[in-house]
Amino acid sequence: MAESTMKAPKKRIDPVRWARENLFSSWHNTILTLLVGYLIVTSVGPLLNWVLLDANFQGSDPSDCTGAGACWLFINQRLNFFIYGFYPEEFQWRVDIMFGLLALSFAPQFIERFPGRKWLGLFGLTGLPIVGYFLIPGGLFGLEEVQSSKWGGLMLTLILAYIGIIASLPIGTLLALGRRSEMPIIRGLCVVFIEVWRAVPLITVLFMASVMLPLFLPEGMNFEKLARALIGITLWQSAYMAEVIRGGLQAIPRGQYEAASALGLGYWKKMGLIILPQALKLVIPGIVNTFISLFKDTTLVLIIGLFDILGTVQSTVTDPAWQNVAVEGYVFVAFCFWVFCFGISRYSQNLERKLDTGHRT
Amino acid sequence: MGKPMTEQTQTPETQSSPSTDVGKSDIIRVEGMHKWYGDFHVLKDLNLTVRHGERIVICGPSGSGKSTFIRCINRLEEHQQGKIIVDDVELTDDVRQIDSVRREVGMVFQHFNLFPHLTVLENCCLSPIWVRKTPRKEAEATAMEYLERVKIPDQANKFPGQLSGGQQQRVAIARALCMKPKIMLFDEPTSALDPEMIKEVLDVMIELAGSGMTMLCVTHEMGFAKTVADRVIFMDGGEIVEEAPPHDFFTNPQEPRTQKFLKQILQH
Ligand SMILES: Nc1ncnc2c1ncn2[C@@H]1O[C@H](COP(=O)(O)OP(=O)(O)OP(=O)(O)O)[C@@H](O)[C@H]1O
Ligand SMILES: [Mg+2]
Repeated sequence: MAESTMKAPKKRIDPVRWARENLFSSWHNTILTLLVGYLIVTSVGPLLNWVLLDANFQGSDPSDCTGAGACWLFINQRLNFFIYGFYPEEFQWRVDIMFGLLALSFAPQFIERFPGRKWLGLFGLTGLPIVGYFLIPGGLFGLEEVQSSKWGGLMLTLILAYIGIIASLPIGTLLALGRRSEMPIIRGLCVVFIEVWRAVPLITVLFMASVMLPLFLPEGMNFEKLARALIGITLWQSAYMAEVIRGGLQAIPRGQYEAASALGLGYWKKMGLIILPQALKLVIPGIVNTFISLFKDTTLVLIIGLFDILGTVQSTVTDPAWQNVAVEGYVFVAFCFWVFCFGISRYSQNLERKLDTGHRT
Repeated sequence: MGKPMTEQTQTPETQSSPSTDVGKSDIIRVEGMHKWYGDFHVLKDLNLTVRHGERIVICGPSGSGKSTFIRCINRLEEHQQGKIIVDDVELTDDVRQIDSVRREVGMVFQHFNLFPHLTVLENCCLSPIWVRKTPRKEAEATAMEYLERVKIPDQANKFPGQLSGGQQQRVAIARALCMKPKIMLFDEPTSALDPEMIKEVLDVMIELAGSGMTMLCVTHEMGFAKTVADRVIFMDGGEIVEEAPPHDFFTNPQEPRTQKFLKQILQH
């Protein structure tokens, strides 16, 4: 192609003009601008003081907090509990390895040219849960067993969310395909499954999983509370996921199915190679949305007595030794959730951009 | 499809002599075929025999069932009565038989139906690799060969969304040919294209017709029918109304419905 000698004109932004056009275009806009400006100026200062300037970071016990600003010392002192729960300190390296592997698998996904990042991502989705399955509970290969009732904090939150997320995607996909199946029995089963699970609040699912399920299970087949909660979360999330994915499947034009069939591709190859890649790409925003809401919904395990990050913080802020640290605790929890959810969101935007092949059907 | 297509584009005159290289044996037999959509009787008692290497053009007014008919031949649509036998395999509910027929029958659609998430080359290699189990290297080499024949080897690594309509349709033809089918079905391959792109697609189809491929083509391109077809079939109201070699069909149509149709389309 011949190279064009003309350059596209650059858009210049003149701040004064921009302000006049956007902020002071009329007298009521001017008043609003001034009002908002005043609110920002008066609130940022105190906030900054509280968070940073007057805050206490150093020290060894509650009396080191002056009370003028935030008492981050509290978070500092209890960080171990917030991250690992009651996981014994001498075995925490096992959890650290998992944190490290998690970061190693997914952090490179943000760096375009990172060598082998595809494989790392694949490991994160398949190998990582397997490693974790052996490493965290222990009991095999000479690793000391750590009961799941001892797990807690951020680690537990991540386990719940991670397993819920990676298990619900394939299960949800199968449910969505089943719901569109031509076989009435399969379709019927999938519809019933989806409609039942989706119509129930997660909190009841968790409650039933921990209280009612043991009543129905045969004697001796009583597995741990955490496993039951995980199954509940996964199935509940799968029902949601199925509907999101079904939306994507419906958006794929019939011609794609026909072209795939005409080329001799059977059902699974047609779905796996042609339909699902397009349908999933289409619903990435919806999938990520359900991921993020699941991530935050894991906090509900509190009601069945599991101590996720919110649970650990909540139980500590009521500790009489520390006074008035509730705000710091909840801000910390909010911050942790924000970091992960924002990460997921950014990653999905990355993915959407990368998968965009310039086609609109 | 072993021998490569002759490279020089044959002029329509030299290759229009119908039924010279048409084989003796039948490759498609349709016998007393009926199809209903619910209560609507779309196809009524269709009978058609196609021999190896024959080129057939199907035309008729909109809604006459042309698409439905050729889609029955690779079972994109199911017929309810009668028989369809393609390459000695009868189309029944048996999935294996359907799959074996689809491997031998290529199809080109009005709206191309390329896979937008795959590159042109991947579109072409997909089915040879996954259905025919051809090694990737070999499949890619074959795909490049066919892309050269439809004259767009330089677009191999682009995505369909980056191509023009005419280019996309040529890719679709190459994709179907990569499976080395014995029969090619075309369902109005040029009617979604701008006039200046119609010719590039028709040229490819004319070349293909010259190579001895069995072709069933639904089209309103009467010039194409005249130069390439061995037989023209006129459908109306779900029936085959008239069937004749192109010369007779255009100069001396027998049925009043055919005459009326030809008058309408030849006015333009
Ligand atoms: N899935 C369907 N369900 C019900 N009726 C259908 C369906 N598909 C097609 N039809 C009807 O069957 C008839 C034949 O359709 P078909 O698409 O085969 O016509 P056609 O000859 O290809 O027309 P065109 O030239 O417009 O493509 C039409 O009346 C159409 O409305
Ligand atoms: Mg049609």
